[in-house]
Amino acid sequence: MSPTPALVSVRLRVNGREYTAEVPPRLLLSDFLRYRLGLTGTHVGCEHGVCGARTIQLDGAPVRSCLMLAVQADRAALTTVEGLAPGPDRLHPVQEAFRLEHGLQCGFCTPGILMTVTAFLHEHPSPSEAEIRRELAGHLCRCTGYQNIVRAVRRASLLLAADPGRATAGAGRDPVSSP
Amino acid sequence: MIGARIPRNEDPRLLRGLGCFVDDVNPAGVLHAACLRSPHAHARLGSIEASRARALPGVQLVVTAADLGELNEPGPLLIPHPTLTHPRTQRPLALDEVRYVGETVAFVVADDRYVAEDAVDLIVVDYEPLPVVTDAERALSAGAPLVHGNVPANRAARFPQRVGDPDHAFRQAAHVLRERLVIERSCGSPIEGRGVVAEHDPRTGVLRVWTSTQAPLPIKNGLARMFGLPEFQVEVIAPDVGGGFGTKIMLFYPEEILVPWATMRLGRPVKWTEDRREHLIAANQERGQIHDVEAAVDGDGRILALRDHFIHDTGAYTPYGIVVPIITATQLPGPYRLRNYEVEFEVAYTNKVAVSPYRGAGRPHGAFVMERVIGLIAHQLGLEPAEVRRRNFIQPDEFPWDVGLTFQDGGPTRYDSGNYPAGLEMALEHAGFATFRARQAEARNQGRYLGVGMGCYVEGTGIGPYEGAHVRVEPSGRVFVATGLTTQGQGHGTTFAQIVAETLACEASAVTVVTGDTRKFNWGAGTYASRALVTSGNAIHAAAQQVRAKALRLASELLEVSPADLELVDGRVRVKGAPGKELTLGALATVANPIRYAYGKEAADAALRLVKPRAGAVLAEGEAPGLEAFGYYAPPHSTFASGCHVAIVEVDPVTGNVTLLRYVVQHDCGTMVNPTVVEGQIQGGVAQGIGGALYEKIVYDEAGQPLTSTYMDFLMPTAMEIPEIEIVHLETPSPLNPLGIKGVGEAGAIPGPAVLAEAIEDALRPLGVRIREMPLSPNRIRELIEQAQ
Repeated sequence: MSPTPALVSVRLRVNGREYTAEVPPRLLLSDFLRYRLGLTGTHVGCEHGVCGARTIQLDGAPVRSCLMLAVQADRAALTTVEGLAPGPDRLHPVQEAFRLEHGLQCGFCTPGILMTVTAFLHEHPSPSEAEIRRELAGHLCRCTGYQNIVRAVRRASLLLAADPGRATAGAGRDPVSSP
Repeated sequence: MIGARIPRNEDPRLLRGLGCFVDDVNPAGVLHAACLRSPHAHARLGSIEASRARALPGVQLVVTAADLGELNEPGPLLIPHPTLTHPRTQRPLALDEVRYVGETVAFVVADDRYVAEDAVDLIVVDYEPLPVVTDAERALSAGAPLVHGNVPANRAARFPQRVGDPDHAFRQAAHVLRERLVIERSCGSPIEGRGVVAEHDPRTGVLRVWTSTQAPLPIKNGLARMFGLPEFQVEVIAPDVGGGFGTKIMLFYPEEILVPWATMRLGRPVKWTEDRREHLIAANQERGQIHDVEAAVDGDGRILALRDHFIHDTGAYTPYGIVVPIITATQLPGPYRLRNYEVEFEVAYTNKVAVSPYRGAGRPHGAFVMERVIGLIAHQLGLEPAEVRRRNFIQPDEFPWDVGLTFQDGGPTRYDSGNYPAGLEMALEHAGFATFRARQAEARNQGRYLGVGMGCYVEGTGIGPYEGAHVRVEPSGRVFVATGLTTQGQGHGTTFAQIVAETLACEASAVTVVTGDTRKFNWGAGTYASRALVTSGNAIHAAAQQVRAKALRLASELLEVSPADLELVDGRVRVKGAPGKELTLGALATVANPIRYAYGKEAADAALRLVKPRAGAVLAEGEAPGLEAFGYYAPPHSTFASGCHVAIVEVDPVTGNVTLLRYVVQHDCGTMVNPTVVEGQIQGGVAQGIGGALYEKIVYDEAGQPLTSTYMDFLMPTAMEIPEIEIVHLETPSPLNPLGIKGVGEAGAIPGPAVLAEAIEDALRPLGVRIREMPLSPNRIRELIEQAQ
């Protein structure tokens, strides 16, 4: 075993801000985000990709940051929950809908769900309840029984339809140009 | 404000990813810990060879039992009981013997978690495997391997209790019905696992610990004692906690001692974060009982007496005493008039992780047994189960009703209020029971198997000893509230604020609530037993009442009117019928603190306008500065919430799959402070109840190896499995506390197994299937169908 593996250079954009870092090849992307960048809003529930708490968006698509290494995100554009709200005084419509429908309790699984739901509603602007439940099945929530999360997603779709300009969250959606 | 469905104060922060959970706390220079855990369910510990681990670059400390010395004592027995004759608790690190897979053997601290895990792999332990026992009934039988060499027959406790004269009643019975009922092991499994971060400042001597616990104050006082520190130099913080469900009420988990110890030893902050495998093998679990019940019944289906003997599997240790089986025994009678009752339980050690309360805490087991008895009677007498319930309910005019047994808190099991018959009718009506039998018959003609099941329960909530609160109005007009217990998703930041807002006539959003921080409030017990709103809520209410009284008194002096002519409206005290003659709470807070210096223009204006020439001291004797107060509430005994759930299911006899078509909840938690929050608690509880009935089961093989150590194996329900939960409320206020509230946190989880057992049995009645166990997987339902034919 090599106790100090050689470091690898990565360059990526997170929530619109560019970062370069030297990381061990085995460093999980989630640990990189949480401990190196201080973006602690992305939580860790099971480390094996079942609970969905560590979901972030990579080039606009939801991915499990616990099943990826930081080096695999080289040259990618990521969005985490910290990049969702348009400003300190305003919530993203999906966040607003979760608040209005009591779609969260302890709030630990919530950031991952928000990242899935924002991407989902981008692709499916007016989903049926069955579609919402199928999409949420990739996330475990131990507090809510899901009912209010389902309602929040439906409400979010209405809020977004009423104000489509607010759909795009954070500035991290556009890919980083190749160096 | 009380009763208002307002959105939660805590949500914007959590939704932005600005929650602060334990693993989000990263003091400068923090080191990371990992645990070496036993791979054997039972083994003698030989030598531990850690030199290679210690030599690994980046490793700061490798700790074994020998290094801990006197600190490596068995943990405290939190709740002793005279019948718990052979209590055994775990040491922080195993000494001589390990008794379950996952028990901590060594503790490594390194520069990062990756290196710490590498080092754990380099430690070589000489284990000598010993015989294993995992089945609680076998554990009590002759010749079984002993989990603790000095505990005969693995029996930790035997507790017989009796009410009335069951023997006489059995002699009078028209029917005597017997059944063996089994409920398997499960666990709380919050999505945030456990975690501990500690830092020690040698300059101030302060040890500060962040831990994902439900009881920071007992941990603070315990750590002070263990480390020989003054209590005021130990600070324990449970920041945002990502779900608890009882799992985090256990104390001390080994890491809660090892992390602070390593911090003080190394002079650097240390963090340990539990991973999911660790959680599923080494965090405390629950359920797990085998009941042999017999009922004496008269010709009309009235229960004359009940006898129950049950075995409670406590795992390898009894850190939480025998609270869980005591709750099962005392809450088993539920909402029924049971004048003759004999219950005895035996607590068995097995080579599995220890048992302590998990949401419901012994009640799902009890409700499952009692409601199965109702089903048996219905079957025997050819009655509707609902009718058997009606014939046995305690009536609304029979409160207070005393079950006759001593409850878990040492107080009486005395139901304070409720209306069980009305609750059942509400649930049945909402579920459309009146037309269900016709619908069921029609479905059966089409080859479909529909069934209805119900489950009633009574839950002792809001137990003592007490909680306290501090309420302070700041010059800005914002109100600050601190209380000693914790929050792990219940929305205390909102419901507690609503209680204050009601009393001080301000907005709930103007109230900031802090829980779980011993720096902010130093007295109290913790969040368990569905007690937070009852105990802290009433303490906050008491403190807010004093603040209100002081605000009125100050205003009366300043405005020179009688307090009777004043009213509190919109965060200000005003003279009735005299518009403009008013003072804001913020201005009163400024005046209440007669300091020499005024900060800012508003305070200066207030000081000039309000402070009059005086003759004596600014504070009269016995008077305190500030617009603030402390309040405490100690309940006389538990307040008993209740409810009735009704499920309509369809069972596919070919696949064994159960589909929930309707799930209706009638619930009574007394006065509701925020019905939206109440419903959220119930919905989440019901999901756990359904999980415990159909999906979640902790499995050990015969060698004591846990087979459910990932979320691929321990199946918690997703949004695909949990249906819309329909809730109807009945409010019978508690006469025991000023707010009239009862607890609601655990309620939803209690009747799930009982409800689904009855519903599945009802659906499969044409096939002759009887349900005597929980949970039920599709495979097991298939087996039961085959066995019945």
